Amino acid sequence: MNPFRRRRHGSAPVLAMLTWVYILWSLLPVLIAVRISFNSGKSKSSFQSTSFRWYWGDLNSSVWHSDELHTAMLNTLKIAALCMLIATPIGVAMAIGLQRWRGKLSNAANGLMLVPIVTPEIVFGVALFLVFTQMYTGLPSGITRQVLGHVTFTLSFVVVIIRSRLAAIGTQYEEAARDLGASRLQAIRLVLLPLLSPAIFASVMVVFATSIDDFVISSFLSTGAATDTVPIKIYGGAKGSSTPALNALATVMLLFTMAAVALAALAVRAMNRRGGEPVGAAGGLAGLSG
Amino acid sequence: MTAVVTSGKRRSTAVWATFALPGVAWLVAFFLVSVYAVMAVAFGSVDPLLRTTVPQWNPLQWDYAAMRNVLDRVFGGDLGHVFVRTGAFVGSALLGCIVVGYPVAYFVARKAHRHRGLLLVALVLPFWISYLMRMLAWANLLQPDGYVNRILSWLPFFDTHRTWLDGDWYTVVIGLVYGYVPFFILPLYATLERIDGRLIEAGRDLGASSFSTFVHVTLPLSIPGLMAASVITILPMCGDYYTNTYLSRGSPRTEMVGNQIDYFLRNSSQPQTGASLVLLLMAFLFVLMVYYLVITVRQQRAAER
Repeated sequence: MNPFRRRRHGSAPVLAMLTWVYILWSLLPVLIAVRISFNSGKSKSSFQSTSFRWYWGDLNSSVWHSDELHTAMLNTLKIAALCMLIATPIGVAMAIGLQRWRGKLSNAANGLMLVPIVTPEIVFGVALFLVFTQMYTGLPSGITRQVLGHVTFTLSFVVVIIRSRLAAIGTQYEEAARDLGASRLQAIRLVLLPLLSPAIFASVMVVFATSIDDFVISSFLSTGAATDTVPIKIYGGAKGSSTPALNALATVMLLFTMAAVALAALAVRAMNRRGGEPVGAAGGLAGLSG
Repeated sequence: MTAVVTSGKRRSTAVWATFALPGVAWLVAFFLVSVYAVMAVAFGSVDPLLRTTVPQWNPLQWDYAAMRNVLDRVFGGDLGHVFVRTGAFVGSALLGCIVVGYPVAYFVARKAHRHRGLLLVALVLPFWISYLMRMLAWANLLQPDGYVNRILSWLPFFDTHRTWLDGDWYTVVIGLVYGYVPFFILPLYATLERIDGRLIEAGRDLGASSFSTFVHVTLPLSIPGLMAASVITILPMCGDYYTNTYLSRGSPRTEMVGNQIDYFLRNSSQPQTGASLVLLLMAFLFVLMVYYLVITVRQQRAAER
């Protein structure tokens, strides 16, 4: 028996088993919760015959018919969509700016950008709650404040994702564009942004997922049932006598996230197929010189 | 000539600063000012007639009486046990994350060859599943007639009618591990994956057993990843108040600091106390926050080189 071969493929059966057990443990409960959402009865703990009662069948408390539940769903999606639209452009510009801007002030700005990442969410929630109730009292309460809060919370994620991509791209493509006569803004628009697009897609998805997942900030800035989001509804179900409708609600949101992730993966793949980085950049450069 | 270059440089500095400006302004207005508002409320006062909060925006006139009161209650008063309990929960959950997460991260990073892509997808998947949905799933399983009890009933010596959701510390700790271990695994995986395989081979070639190589080579090299993973899970866990509340139906026996903060801010007329607790929590976590900031900035610099 060749000892080198054995070592390189050094299989670790115990570790492999532990890993698969972990994966089962991390995902199986969620699958069970999804299955429970199709229960025809009220049990939250065991499988019953399959139905769509908690999606639309039940005229009072299904996701479709319960005002509270579908309001929560629409709120969550609305906040996430607005948050994506605001946080992504600001974050991309900030990442490009911080990457090139040199000086003491820029270090301070970079530090400021990183602090929200290490700030526990409850600190975030309380701080936003107090600033809106004590200082920015003129801003409309509810969804507006929740969107502002979510943007503040997710902005840094965009910057970090874009910056790591910027570091990988380097500056040579842009310099080539400048040498060919592009203005700084043209170089960014025609060369840099296309190169960044996979990272932009990735950050859009992270913002979306973070926003619809957020409980603490939404909850501190919510003013009642009309501005509750899905996580708040799920949380509220812990104490009261809830039904599998909450499972159905969570499942619908899960579908939205999975669809978004799949879409982003497809988009990134399609972009890579249309030409790897150099080809894509060369395309941009060719457009400039022509 | 030099003058032209300098002015060009200055102009480009201005351009890039302008790019960063909206983001910086946003973070100043909604993050820095918000944190300052916490201080203004904590060191402010309460209107004696209306019992409403009166924030003090001028730091020269800050009143530290409320903070002193909170400090007395935390160090030797009725709030002390909440901090101790939070520390114990977070510590146990971190230990659980290490015990569960390290072998998994290690296997996927260094030992898995065949199903690596699939394993990675499975490790990332929990990120895309809402945290509270995962808690809901867990609560479904832990119902008195849930599947956890049903599986335990196959084993001898187990009380099959056990209630799990009535304020038991182990339910909360297991829930915290379940909730946060995906965040623990990924940074650790990244570090383990980057370890130069030749170092491990060298250890083996010099005659060390694979266990001894792990202890003397891989483990020390993975310490930075272990630290980063720990910090990135400790920080949110310390502010968590929904996991324990959700998995114990709000039992006071599992209250954490976050519950007290939530309570004082929203369900009582003492936002000053809540704001003071937030500042105290930040003070406790300050070292960890700075540690994480420093390693992140170092990574940024390394990536740019």
